[in-house]
Amino acid sequence: MTTFLQAVAGGLGQGSVYALLALGFVIIYKSMRVVSFAQPAFMLAGALAVSFLAEALLGIPSPWGFFLALVLGAVGVALLGLGIERTVIRPMVGKPVFVIAIITLGIDIVVRLVANIFIGLDVRPVGDPWGLNSINLGGVQVQERHIVMLVTTVLLVAVLFSFFKYSRLGLAMRAASFNQETALAQGISVGTVFATSWAMAGALAAVAGTFQATGAGIDQNLWIIGLKALPAIILGGLDSLGGAVIGGFTVGLVESLVATYQGDFAPWLGQNFSVVSAYVVMLLVLLVRPYGLFGTKEVERV
Amino acid sequence: MLAVRNLEVVYDDVILVLRGVSLEVPEGKIVALLGANGAGKTTLLRAISGLLGVHEGEVTKGSITLDDEPIHRSNAARIVARGIKQVQEGRQIFAELTVEENLRVGAHTNIKHLKENLARVYGLFPVLRDRRKRTAGYLSGGEQQMLAMGRALMSDPSYLLLDEPSLGLAPLLVQQIRDLIVQINEQGTTVLLVEQNATMALSIAEHGYVMENGKIVMDKPARELLADEDIREFYLGLGAEGAVKSFRDVKHYKRRKRWLS
Repeated sequence: MTTFLQAVAGGLGQGSVYALLALGFVIIYKSMRVVSFAQPAFMLAGALAVSFLAEALLGIPSPWGFFLALVLGAVGVALLGLGIERTVIRPMVGKPVFVIAIITLGIDIVVRLVANIFIGLDVRPVGDPWGLNSINLGGVQVQERHIVMLVTTVLLVAVLFSFFKYSRLGLAMRAASFNQETALAQGISVGTVFATSWAMAGALAAVAGTFQATGAGIDQNLWIIGLKALPAIILGGLDSLGGAVIGGFTVGLVESLVATYQGDFAPWLGQNFSVVSAYVVMLLVLLVRPYGLFGTKEVERV
Repeated sequence: MLAVRNLEVVYDDVILVLRGVSLEVPEGKIVALLGANGAGKTTLLRAISGLLGVHEGEVTKGSITLDDEPIHRSNAARIVARGIKQVQEGRQIFAELTVEENLRVGAHTNIKHLKENLARVYGLFPVLRDRRKRTAGYLSGGEQQMLAMGRALMSDPSYLLLDEPSLGLAPLLVQQIRDLIVQINEQGTTVLLVEQNATMALSIAEHGYVMENGKIVMDKPARELLADEDIREFYLGLGAEGAVKSFRDVKHYKRRKRWLS
């Protein structure tokens, strides 16, 4: 039982990283119908920015200095997303979705290469105060960083959902995602909607990247975690925010549980099967519900 | 006053849809715009409200002015902010949002007076108040039309462009919508009403325009239009003596086969 709970705690912690990343993908997808492949680069850039800021803010008592760095880093990457949307993506609006998706791949490569120059070959600490410390909660060893990650993610998701439900801009974003022309007819500026979605996706990716880097530090391969958000969004459905959160946590839990139990129950699968387990779940879900668990069923005539 | 002068609109750089349309909507009035399918009525509304870009359309000649200031180069958001709001054909409500969320989206450009406008819209359409927490997609057709009109009124526009509000509604509901349009007009909103249902439109409008093939072909006070022979025949379905015309009486010609032309 303890092993199980420990695996669940680890899974939820890791899952929150996937959930945040997946939310970014879904927000951009909902506003532009494009899967933005730039998310992994934003993640790397965010973690890097936070590591430099945390270094600069060492004077502020722990852990507040780190949190301040996290907020500033997220704002920084949001601005980066805003700038990229304005300069590179906006002129392409109205062009085929495929073209825009390829452009985001290009953005991803450029941002990552620039970030790599600052990282160098060594692992860079992100400056978090927790490391791999764990505390004992009723006999279950839980890593401190996982608790922080989970709590922050739950808070962010709550803020995000109330933003989309109550705020003027959030409502406008939902309306524009449902029907762009009618949103225009209500006086909504679709450009603002695009820009906001890129800024939000950037900020979420920055937080996710920083969390991923806690414990282990930043190296040039951090962005690979971004690929794990893919099964998360496809699980939940590309156009469902709730689905992204649930998908993210599911992927985290599945990975963690498989890593814990697969060695005992299915050793014939070989080692490190947990790494691909998320994709296996994704394939199974796609077989049953091709539009994801919570996605919109699309009826198309061919 | 909203004035359209010599407007020419081209879609996709080649398809000329409006060929020099001129029309005036004086403040405080209801103006009807009639015409068959494909005459260009919706295109004219899109040109006024700045939604041509979505359809690859472009104003190539002429002008649209609001109180003598040109607006045909402004974007949709600016035009809405200046007080011109279009209710699109086919209602186009945000089906996934609730009724009240739909109305709040409508108030996007006028968030300051949200409370008053919400009260006004609920006063005009009490049924929306009863359904305000419901998902809009589950409303009936008439309720959806009311929602679309209510949503447009949420920014308190001075000009309301209604595109076929009677589309697909039962006769009783059409009457209700007609009365509501009159009521909205009495509250101080100028209405440009695009309709296929000519009887309904001309019964409340002050002035009527008839469009065909991208041109205004007739332009008279509504009462005169109602009495006009051609209008009675082609738009109201009434013959010269008020009788329904049979196709047997219509003179027709056999088409001669032509090999070259």
